[in-house]
Amino acid sequence: MRFSNSYVVAFAFVVCLVCALLVSAMAVALKERQATNELVEQKLNVLRVAGLVPYGEKPKHEEVFAMFDKYIQPVVIDRRTGEVAKDINPAEFDQEKASKDPKTSKAAPKNAAQVARLPNHLQAYKFDAEGHAGLILPIHGKGLWSTLWGFISIGDDYQTIQGITYYSHGETPGLGGEVDNPIWKAKWEGKQAYKDGEVAIHVVKGEAHDNYSVDGLSGATMTSNGVTNMLKLWLGDMGYGKYLTRLREQSQTS
Amino acid sequence: MEALLNLAVKSIFVENMALAFFLGMCSFLAVSKKVETAIGLGAAVIFVLTLTTPLNNLIYMHLLKEGALTWISPSFATMDLSFLGFISYIATIAAVVQIVEMTIDKYSPKLYGALGVFLPLIAVNCAILGASLFMVQREYDFAESLTFGFGAGTGWAAAIISLAAIREKMKYSNVPPALRGLGITFILAGLMAMGFMIFSGIQL
Amino acid sequence: MDKKTRKILLDPLHVNNPITLQVLGICSALAVTTKLETAIVMSAALTFVTAMSNAAVSVLRNRIPGNIRIIVQLTIIASLVIIADQFMKAYIYSVSKQLSVFVGLIITNCIVMGRAEAFAMANPPGLSFIDGIGNGLGYSAILLIVAFFRELFGSGSLLGFTVFQKVNMGGWYTPNGLMVLAPGAFFLIGFIIWIQRTVTPSMVEEE
Repeated sequence: MRFSNSYVVAFAFVVCLVCALLVSAMAVALKERQATNELVEQKLNVLRVAGLVPYGEKPKHEEVFAMFDKYIQPVVIDRRTGEVAKDINPAEFDQEKASKDPKTSKAAPKNAAQVARLPNHLQAYKFDAEGHAGLILPIHGKGLWSTLWGFISIGDDYQTIQGITYYSHGETPGLGGEVDNPIWKAKWEGKQAYKDGEVAIHVVKGEAHDNYSVDGLSGATMTSNGVTNMLKLWLGDMGYGKYLTRLREQSQTS
Repeated sequence: MEALLNLAVKSIFVENMALAFFLGMCSFLAVSKKVETAIGLGAAVIFVLTLTTPLNNLIYMHLLKEGALTWISPSFATMDLSFLGFISYIATIAAVVQIVEMTIDKYSPKLYGALGVFLPLIAVNCAILGASLFMVQREYDFAESLTFGFGAGTGWAAAIISLAAIREKMKYSNVPPALRGLGITFILAGLMAMGFMIFSGIQL
Repeated sequence: MDKKTRKILLDPLHVNNPITLQVLGICSALAVTTKLETAIVMSAALTFVTAMSNAAVSVLRNRIPGNIRIIVQLTIIASLVIIADQFMKAYIYSVSKQLSVFVGLIITNCIVMGRAEAFAMANPPGLSFIDGIGNGLGYSAILLIVAFFRELFGSGSLLGFTVFQKVNMGGWYTPNGLMVLAPGAFFLIGFIIWIQRTVTPSMVEEE
């Protein structure tokens, strides 16, 4: 069958129009639901690392929001000075977005965690739930295959680690993927983050020998090093270091 | 420069499109009977990938990304068209393939003779679309996209040419009848993927 | 259901399987099968897209100008994939995150394109729809078998529930690491083909 050129153009136009309308209608209709999903997921991750929601459990959306509002207080801090940034509303702050915008971030100096850009402001979450209080800090950095995204939770002496968790990574299942293993994660509890003002916590090859080291993941040296590198970066002065030092001094004097 | 070189090595060996991400498998298994055809298809893939990945990068950066339309008017700052991503990338790829085919046909009949039959196949090669999607997911800039496109193509070509070479040798082996053809090719590809795993974690 | 319809629906499950015989749609079959859950979702999405695109292409088959045929098919398929993707992001967020780029790659999944071109362009919409479902199911069958073995032996669990208690969780089972890596999937499909063709010798390739 032969078709005239004008028919071909018209046909292509109509097909595109119909498809575009369908797709846009769908995207607009579902947008709100998708945004809620993302928000819930983010809050749930924070609640989980604070130990308020056990792993594997999936509370309803409203419960997540209610618990988050009750126990968690998000703060935004100025990375460069370590002070709380009062002019930014923590509920509206998006650290990932801020890291991409040249106005609100800068290129990071070469670092082992292979983080390319550092935002001027950082997100942190204070939590206080029935005598169990502390600070949750988002961390990320490169492992073997992928960037690992997670949180570290620090007690209210701003020195003792309470837990670490990764919510997104693409490491080899069974080897580096063992960062998800609850037994390994339990080994972090009570470890000390700083020694003489320097970040001392690290993952070793083999078994941990003191309060500043954690057992390595067997068969996953690169992932273990990745964890060490990102903690060095984010707990150090380029990350949350100044803020934590400030808090530590405050808690010692008061 | 060093970072780009690192990315190139990574996309060729460590994160090989065919053997680590299983992309472009259909033609990888179907068009690997002869080394000669494998070279032709490999070259075409490198060519198309090197063109489409940076092109789609421009589309994503300047049209689709949230706030990408501010160059038209600042009021578009909250516009997010990224849901149109798939359709734009595949349209770009199909268009590029078509244009390349017509250009080669017109100016270099010899090259057309070598590549021509493979070009239509490429539009539906998942390695091409996959590279564009990885580019968006990993937020490469223009130079990185160009390097990544070229590297991913080279890696894919290297994989299919080696597989074809092995399959040519396999003619002299006594394979159980039920495994002949596709079956043994899967197992060969599995062994090659194991070989490529030694590159994991390499950094320059 | 008459004989022809049944043949169109059921043939792709075994003797004319899209993956093990037609060599179509292998990419995603390998990448999303480390877990049963992702394999199920991927199968459902692909079956939906194949059936719908087959029906749509078939409705338009006499009106599509030949020279823009491929791009029109791609546009229809891409729209359907976007719809499936948006839907998954809204209702099964965590799985859609795990599937990442592989949902998008349904567009270039050769099964969808291959069936649109080979079947829907020459048959009425009803039959094309059934052909799409049949091929989607044939793809799903292989995916689920592969995912079942990979999750069971690679992680000692099924659908996330522990079946074999792993050593590093205090149990007895040492997971087979090969299963969760790429080569494991290749070997498994190789073996499936071997078994299939031993059972049905008419499928054996002559070289």
